[in-house]
Amino acid sequence: MQIPDIIRQIPLNYYIWFSTALFCIGIIGVLTRRNAIIIFMSVELMLNSVNLLLAAFSSYKSDPSGQIFVFFIMAVAAAEVAVGLAIIVMIYRNIQTIDVGLLNKLKW
Amino acid sequence: MNAIIALSLFGISSLFLGFLNNRKILLPATLIFILIALGLNFADWNHEYFWFNGMLKTDNLSINFSTVILVAALLVVAISRHFGDDEEHSHPAEYYAIMLFSVVGAIMMVTYENLIMLFVGLEILSVSMYVLTGSDKRNLRSNEAALKYFLMGSFATGILLFGVALVYGATGSFQIHGIGAAVNEAKAQMGGQYGPILMAGTILIMVGLLFKISAAPFHFWTPDVYDGAPTIFTAFMSTVVKTAGVAATYRLLSTSFPGMYGLWGNPLVYITGLTLIIGNITAVYQQSFKRMLAYSSISHAGYLLITVLAKRPETNSSILFYSLAYSIATISAFAVLIVVSEAKAKAGKADESFDALNGLAKNNPFLAFVLTVSMLSLAGIPLTAGFFGKFFIFTDAFANPSILFKGLLVIAILMSAIGIYYYFKPIIAAYMRNGDTEKIEISPIYKYTLILTTALTIILGIAPDLVKKLF
Repeated sequence: MQIPDIIRQIPLNYYIWFSTALFCIGIIGVLTRRNAIIIFMSVELMLNSVNLLLAAFSSYKSDPSGQIFVFFIMAVAAAEVAVGLAIIVMIYRNIQTIDVGLLNKLKW
Repeated sequence: MNAIIALSLFGISSLFLGFLNNRKILLPATLIFILIALGLNFADWNHEYFWFNGMLKTDNLSINFSTVILVAALLVVAISRHFGDDEEHSHPAEYYAIMLFSVVGAIMMVTYENLIMLFVGLEILSVSMYVLTGSDKRNLRSNEAALKYFLMGSFATGILLFGVALVYGATGSFQIHGIGAAVNEAKAQMGGQYGPILMAGTILIMVGLLFKISAAPFHFWTPDVYDGAPTIFTAFMSTVVKTAGVAATYRLLSTSFPGMYGLWGNPLVYITGLTLIIGNITAVYQQSFKRMLAYSSISHAGYLLITVLAKRPETNSSILFYSLAYSIATISAFAVLIVVSEAKAKAGKADESFDALNGLAKNNPFLAFVLTVSMLSLAGIPLTAGFFGKFFIFTDAFANPSILFKGLLVIAILMSAIGIYYYFKPIIAAYMRNGDTEKIEISPIYKYTLILTTALTIILGIAPDLVKKLF
């Protein structure tokens, strides 16, 4: 298994740290923001950090299956966006805001 | 396996059936579709086979789980009678089609061999459920439930995927058997020391899956979502989705990571204990019947996790028996709730609390009896299916020698004692209290479904071996 030099210029650890950082930014975004669209963007950031990590592992292992997984994630994430934005639009039509803090009808 | 292909085609054809003017045909057509899929499901019985280049693998365990899922879906579709009455539900064909598609996702989740298929199946199931949760478009509670479910669901998927990516980096494979081989090899070479990447990946995958089966401390979305969603889809979520999630977790942990039991075993014991305690204790304080059933579904996730942990050859059949018993009883409970709350809503007093059940025994003795049997089964009283479900699970747990497991067993038994208290609340409301009598009418197919679920609960409670031998 010969890894091309152009890929080896950046060590694999750098990709792992970078993806982990992106992933953590995504998690913090989901947990702290109140705007539904921003939360949604943070989730997409998490998914993209996964894509990057899979692509990096895949090149370093000279194994294409990781990159195939990336295609699946992209396609499924697009389907999820379609449904998610529809839900957000539905809520905006009913209450004219997408602040998740104002959605408090369900409490015990 | 052919069931997946057939159900996808049936989903599309039921969309086209929506163009017909005759809406009465949709419900029987969907029931027939699921029955055909149930038949096709058994075509692979007793020969293990890899499909699509090792993406899916059928074996008897996965066929049994698919059967439980299809039976649950069949019963839920059979009690879905009111689509198409009002303006909001003017396209009932879509609901049936989405339900069929989500069953496809659930079957993929129990048949997967490659983690790509786990992810795709999970997403098919989840995205369908986001749509169905929000299907009551003008109802703010339904909207809120859909948004919460969507945000939490995609968050959990992100965590799961990051774990998958890390495990791929450590083991170089997406095949669950390939991962298992790599884990065992690492164990043999390193003497029980795993790389940080593999450990982080395993834990993240587990967290992602525990989110989906709503184990504490990842359960906080469950009561809100179950409460806000239209009741028929809550029934679907708490049976089909729960079974598929537990089956997927069990398949992954028992195939890929048995070599790492030392890493995930003990934390999962604590998580299971916490799930049992939170699920049961919080259920005691609920005023709403629907919300009580949501917490009850959390606690049953805890009981199911005990068998996932127990690591015995008998685990397969006890986990299947428990999911079947739990699904049947939950569906009858939700079925009673649906008719009662609809009758209340028609009288202008929408109510899903225990008070809605007041006087049910005088009003409609049949429904009160169905409710009683399902509650007894969920509580685990003898002569119902739930008793033997719990019995098999506690036997599995008892056989495990570890001291931690004995503690878990004590918690589980205490918590089922608490369960008896809150499962008797609806029975007391139905038999002891007097309420105003709105007339409750049920259609023949609804009645036959309820007779079937009640009969199954009692038969499985008297002769559990009938089904347990099959598994």
